[in-house]
Amino acid sequence: MKHIAIGILGAAALGLVASAASAATLDDVKAKGFIQCGVSTGLAGFSAPDDKGDWQGIDADFCRAVAAAVFGDGTKVKFTPLSAKERFTALQSGEVDILSRNTTWTINRDTALGLNFVGVTYYDGQGFMINAKKLPGVNSALQLSGAAVCVQSGTTTELNLADYFKSNKMEYNPVVFEKLEEVNAAYDAGRCDVYTTDQSGLYGIRLTLGSPADHVVLPEIISKEPLGPAVRQGDDQWYHIVKWTYFALLQAEELGITKANVEEMKTSDNPEIKRVLGQEPDTKIGTDLGVSNDWVVNIVKAVGNYGEMFERNVGSGSPLKIARGINALWTKGGLQYAPPIR
Amino acid sequence: MASQEILREEPSRGSFINDPKIRGIFFQAVVVIVLVALVWWIAQNVIANLTRLRIASGFGFLNSRAGFDISESAIAYSSDSTYGRAILVGFLNTVIVAVAGIITATLIGFIIGIGRLSHNWLIRKICTVYVEVFRNIPPLLVIFFWYSGVLAVLPPPRESINLPFNSFLNQRGFYFPRAVWGDGSWLILVALLLGIAMAWFVARKARQRQMATGQQFPVFWTSTALIIGLPVLAYALSGFPLSFDYPKQSTFNLTGGFQVRPEFLSLYLALSCYTAAFIAEIVRAGIRGVNKGQTEAAAALGLRAGPILRLVVIPQAMRIVIPPLTSQYLNLTKNSSLAIAIGYPDLTAIAGTVLNQTGQAVEGVVIMMAVYLALSLLTSAIMNVVNAKMALVER
Repeated sequence: MKHIAIGILGAAALGLVASAASAATLDDVKAKGFIQCGVSTGLAGFSAPDDKGDWQGIDADFCRAVAAAVFGDGTKVKFTPLSAKERFTALQSGEVDILSRNTTWTINRDTALGLNFVGVTYYDGQGFMINAKKLPGVNSALQLSGAAVCVQSGTTTELNLADYFKSNKMEYNPVVFEKLEEVNAAYDAGRCDVYTTDQSGLYGIRLTLGSPADHVVLPEIISKEPLGPAVRQGDDQWYHIVKWTYFALLQAEELGITKANVEEMKTSDNPEIKRVLGQEPDTKIGTDLGVSNDWVVNIVKAVGNYGEMFERNVGSGSPLKIARGINALWTKGGLQYAPPIR
Repeated sequence: MASQEILREEPSRGSFINDPKIRGIFFQAVVVIVLVALVWWIAQNVIANLTRLRIASGFGFLNSRAGFDISESAIAYSSDSTYGRAILVGFLNTVIVAVAGIITATLIGFIIGIGRLSHNWLIRKICTVYVEVFRNIPPLLVIFFWYSGVLAVLPPPRESINLPFNSFLNQRGFYFPRAVWGDGSWLILVALLLGIAMAWFVARKARQRQMATGQQFPVFWTSTALIIGLPVLAYALSGFPLSFDYPKQSTFNLTGGFQVRPEFLSLYLALSCYTAAFIAEIVRAGIRGVNKGQTEAAAALGLRAGPILRLVVIPQAMRIVIPPLTSQYLNLTKNSSLAIAIGYPDLTAIAGTVLNQTGQAVEGVVIMMAVYLALSLLTSAIMNVVNAKMALVER
């Protein structure tokens, strides 16, 4: 029911509130004093509330990084949990300023939905998870013909699933829910044989199941799922702030600037580090963007660099223990690459 | 308009400003203009904002490929079908669960409602408890009760419960053999239709005879014999063309046969049980609303308890029952949108998915509202016809 309410509210908001979603998001954000950030309803490693009720994860930290760039204070964020179905309407109608919710970047979303994706904070791919105890002998997704598959509605996952089974001439039985928790509960209860979503998500979800050791993630990756934050179209300044916050996180890692050493780095002799941290005399990099010149310092102080953010939330410092893989920096054979900050 | 009114000036009314007729027309015109202006303003705003936000609009998306699968469909549907067809599938699923729910809720409701007036203490109390329990729980919880509380705790497919006639029950649903119609099976259908037509004819004749002579004819048994007997006879004559496709165990699930999914089952049972509690109260009120003198008069004529209820009390009670019954039917249809919570692919769920895949929020919501409105108006129209038939014909 909630998504209808959001739909209607969205429709009403699109219709009536002409100014809320208009050009200067930065001014609106500054006026209200915080950034409204759309996150998931709870996906470990990306955006999930911890036992104190604080949102943790890469997606949540990304919003903190933007808040740090804008306000110099990473805590000036309010989080709005959104289901897969609600997320785009919420962004379009101006209910949230950034959608940072493990959302796949596609051409349709960039064009027909009126969004602008700023980059890829996590390169993912869709995978399958099964209960190995109940289904011994299944070790490939190609053995899944006839299975009941649990999937979240309104996602690219749902579409890839249909394409994958169709192209491999296999049949399946979709069991579709709107909310992640409902899919988790149905899979855990045995309503379906297979759970499919982004592979990183599967590792996170496995931890929340009754007996995680019984479940295995199958080796196949059936799609490209570049996950990243998105903003509304029609506000280039806000788009640039969010995009360059992402690049600043990458650049900081590339230059070895961490949460711990950022203050020392300010006095570094390296001209590139000085430039990025806004220590060059008469620098205008930050002010041209619409934020203060020490914006990168603020970002790194709030959440660390991209690598720190990754390890803390999904990597070695987290229960998920996902390897960097293709999410490593380009200098280390990965895909994460930032254009020069100059 | 105004000039004509002035020409017909009535001297007693004085100035035309004080003419209630003109004033009436004036204020109605003002309200209409304000309403039209408001709707126009909202529409313009929506269009302007959608264009400004560069969101595609219009209903053209209905012809694009949907790309997602739907678990239950009454018509042929695959991921290659269009969004329009996906919404149609959702609409049919809504209609199926609503019609099935309305029939079952009415049956349960009548039984419980009459049961509450029983002279038997136990029956009366059981029916009271039923009504009080289901009427005072939100329908969403009733759905969860059936889905998570009853159906989810059934055994997994490999340990299905075997039921008679090769039927199985497990947490993936209820499986039973599916009839496969062979050559010549059209004869059975013809025989069935013939049986129904003959039963109707017999009932009519019997009524006429009873009116004329007072003699009764065992209509129920004759009709049953006709409706069941004729198709069976046709089945034998056409050389037993009917075979069955039995559910069988395969790697993951039972395959073959006919599967009723737990999503449908829990929604259907929950809506039926929930609405039945309200219908029971309506029926009880309807029966209570029939003057006691009617029952006493019927008894004085020598009718027994069954015929009194059937021939005297219920026909009069129906006049009280039908109008509120209509709102319960509408409620049931609209409550079926709670299906979203358990993943039954009804109109709301599928239109919601389409809305999200295409980003056409305004159009999606408009379609949903228009369809539910049309369904409700249709239900009302049918019930109004029924009501007109039942209404007291004054002589």
